[in-house]
Amino acid sequence: MVPVTWYLLLAALLFTIGTAGALTRRNGITIFLSIELMLNSVNLTLVAYSRLLEDQTGQIVVFFVLAVAAAEAAVGLALFIAVYRHRRTIDLNRINLLRW
Amino acid sequence: MLETAVFVVFALLAVGSALVVVLHRNPVYSTMSLVVTLVAIAALFVMLGAPFIASLQVLIYTGAIVVLFLFVVMLLNIGREEASQRGLPQKVAAGLGSLALLGFLAAAYLRLYGGAAQAPLSEDFVSMRTLALELFTDYLLTFELVGLLLLVAVIAATVLAGKPKDPPEPDGKRPEEVA
Repeated sequence: MVPVTWYLLLAALLFTIGTAGALTRRNGITIFLSIELMLNSVNLTLVAYSRLLEDQTGQIVVFFVLAVAAAEAAVGLALFIAVYRHRRTIDLNRINLLRW
Repeated sequence: MLETAVFVVFALLAVGSALVVVLHRNPVYSTMSLVVTLVAIAALFVMLGAPFIASLQVLIYTGAIVVLFLFVVMLLNIGREEASQRGLPQKVAAGLGSLALLGFLAAAYLRLYGGAAQAPLSEDFVSMRTLALELFTDYLLTFELVGLLLLVAVIAATVLAGKPKDPPEPDGKRPEEVA
C-alpha cells in the first residue's frame, strides 16, 4: 500500500512548482495557470489528509475549493479580457499603474 | 506492488506536466499540459478513496475551467513570451525560495507522518452516500452560499468582459480624453 506521506510529498512538490511559476513568469495567463496548479496541489493534500484521518470532511472542503476555483477563474479571466482591451497586453511587467 | 507502480506513473506524469505548465513559453501548450496534470491528480484522488472528487475534478477543472482558459488564450491571441534579460536575480530568488518551501514541507511531513499506519479503505469511506449525507446536513448553508457565489461570479464576469459602451483607442486613452 502506498503510504499517504508520499501523496503529501508529491502535493508539496507540485505546490512548489506552482509557486516558482507564479513568481517567475510574466504572462498573466501562465501565472494564473500556476495558481490553479497550487490550488490543485492543496486539494491533493486535503484528500490525502482525509484518507489519513479516515474523515470525509477533507473531501467536502475540496468540493467547495473546486467551486470557488471555478468562480475565481471566471472573474480572473474576465479581468484579463478587460485589461487587454485597455492596454493591449497582459504582460504583468507592463501593467504597473498601481505599482511603485 | 501494482499500486506503487500506478502511483509512480501518475506522480511522474503530474510532476512532468506541471513543469511544462510552468516552463513552456507558449500559453496554449501550458494550458493543455495543465489538463494532463489535473487528470493525473484525479487518478491519485481515486487511489486515495475519493472517486466523487476525482470525477468532479475531471468534469469541472478539465471540462470547464481549462476550456475557459483556452478560450481566453485564443481570444486574446497571446503569443510566445519573449525571453527577459533583467529577470535573472528574481528567478534565482524565486527558485531558492521555492526549494526552501519544499524542504520545509517535506521535513514537516516526514517528521509528523513518516511512520504513520493507515487503515485499509473501508466501503463506508469510499461511498458517496456518507459524503452526500454530510454535505446536505452539516454543510448545507455553505453549499447554498457557494451556489450564490457562483451566481455572483457569473454576473461579475459578464459585466467585466462585456462590451464597453465607448471602445477605447488602441493607445489606452478613451475617446473623450483624446478630444
